[in-house]
Amino acid sequence: MIETRGLRKSFRSRAGRETKTVDAVRGVDLEVAKGEIFGFLGPNGAGKTTTLRMLATLIEPDGGEATIAGADLRKDPAEVRRRIGYVPQGGSTWDESTAREELVLHARMYGISKADAQQRATRALDAFQLTEYADRKCKTYSGGQRRRVEIALGIIHEPKIVFLDEPTTGLDPQSRAHMWDEIRRLRGDGMTVFITTHYLDEADALCDRIAIMDNGEVVAEGTPTELKREISGDVVLVGLDLAATGQAAKTLDGEPYVNKLETVDEGGLRLYVDEGATAIPQVLRRLDHAGLELRSIELHRPSLDDVFLTKTGRSLRES
Amino acid sequence: MKFARDTWLIFQRQTQLLLRNPVWVFVGVFQPVMYLLLFAPLLKPALNAPTQAAAYKIFVPGLLVLLAIFGGLFQGFGLIAELRAGVIERSRVTPISRLALLLGRSLRDVVSLMAQAVIITLLALLFDLRVFIGDLLLAYLMLALIALMTSAVSYGVALKVKSEDALAPLMNTVAQPVLLLSGILLPLTFAPGWLQGIANWNPFSWAVDGTRALFAGDLGSDKVWQGLSITAVLAALGVYWAARQFARSVR
Ligand SMILES: Nc1ncnc2c1ncn2[C@@H]1O[C@H](COP(=O)(O)OP(=O)(O)O)[C@@H](O)[C@H]1O
Ligand SMILES: [Mg+2]
Repeated sequence: MIETRGLRKSFRSRAGRETKTVDAVRGVDLEVAKGEIFGFLGPNGAGKTTTLRMLATLIEPDGGEATIAGADLRKDPAEVRRRIGYVPQGGSTWDESTAREELVLHARMYGISKADAQQRATRALDAFQLTEYADRKCKTYSGGQRRRVEIALGIIHEPKIVFLDEPTTGLDPQSRAHMWDEIRRLRGDGMTVFITTHYLDEADALCDRIAIMDNGEVVAEGTPTELKREISGDVVLVGLDLAATGQAAKTLDGEPYVNKLETVDEGGLRLYVDEGATAIPQVLRRLDHAGLELRSIELHRPSLDDVFLTKTGRSLRES
Repeated sequence: MKFARDTWLIFQRQTQLLLRNPVWVFVGVFQPVMYLLLFAPLLKPALNAPTQAAAYKIFVPGLLVLLAIFGGLFQGFGLIAELRAGVIERSRVTPISRLALLLGRSLRDVVSLMAQAVIITLLALLFDLRVFIGDLLLAYLMLALIALMTSAVSYGVALKVKSEDALAPLMNTVAQPVLLLSGILLPLTFAPGWLQGIANWNPFSWAVDGTRALFAGDLGSDKVWQGLSITAVLAALGVYWAARQFARSVR
């Protein structure tokens, strides 16, 4: 559905007298299959929005190529526009308009007739459970309601692909769950959905496949399960007093089931093992033998954050 | 065909939103009426005009051009609000004509200016202003071209600077010399030679002269076709440039 090769974009920005060049996107290769929810996961400033805006024909790439729903982005942007929907990150509705007016107008911008546009608006309002508020001004909506209107706008012309830029940012947990359901429903209707997010749980739970983006580049790509499996093994966190940590490290270092061992500054050990469930009893036995008392023991399965940490050396939670 | 339809679509939407806001409608009508009622009475003595009607023949065209210029130049603020709301970005992902995105908005501004102009003309008629209808329609054409140009330029600049803080001083800096050097409020007939020399480079000065000639019933005057041609060319250039900003504006 989407194929990109070497997509690039730099911005020149002026800070005082100096002009600085920001390489926002530095060569992105992607393949998105039909009917999947594809997620772009990355911290703020990673280049997610810039990539999406290039794919949605809003800004011209500095280099690279892309084919979107069969249309060439560089040669035929007008055709790309007809085949995609795009929901921008910062909202797209006007305070003084009603949801129904926005939907009808947006459909008509795609060349749809007035009567057809009105029918589509009614159907979309119904599908997104907005009928009750349909004729109220957008400024009276809650964050979640407004976001749903915006998604409805993005798909009013039944595109093959819809791009949703951070669809759940700023929503309360309940609205987020609701939004996830809506997005899954779009996939159920046969649409390809391309979302960006900086939430690990969202990428994990909602997306069929993800690309992790950092600093303008895709650093990893695959299904969440594949990506996590790549980070081999589990992590066992052993809580110890600072005084006992040194001796415990000596005791456990060189044990066959410990792949790697790190000491934690505040006291304690981080053990990288293949299989946490079998390693933990052995760790407990060894430490007991050595007469060392432990405060806690925790099994830590790899998360997408660990994937991000391995690929970039930083945690996504911190950045 | 598609272009006309797209333009109409945007025009309708913008007009609907304008009419929904009673404050704007009120200000749009009230402001020019205040000028007419409170400023114009000073003119007869100031201009040394024989009658009040003669003073109106000079003042009303100037007032109308003034409204056309300012009405247009400050439309960019509304567009910046739309940019911020994401409405422009949302429009630009659809296949709608980029020229229609501009022209639908600018035509709304032209029409609302026309409404103001008609109200003022009707009021001035009560004060014994007399104009031939043909001349008046040509004068309205001139006003429409001015408003089209200034509103298009304002939209174009708004898309470039993207912030009210930058747009406000910019538009004021442009508007002030344009106003002072065009003889809008008082004709430049009494101005010293150097001032007239500078004013000759101000297209709005030509537009004002042309409009005054029309109100004076002097259809054959060179000033009429000169004013009309200059404003028509500038309006076309303004629209072309601003539509390009709609086509390629970033964020
Ligand atoms: N219009 C612009 N002008 C200058 N710099 C920009 C512009 N848009 C984005 N950037 C910069 O490009 C980088 C990537 O931004 P963005 O794509 O918005 O990231 P994300 O959506 O992942 O948070 C950031 O450093 C941002 O400051
Ligand atoms: Mg973003």
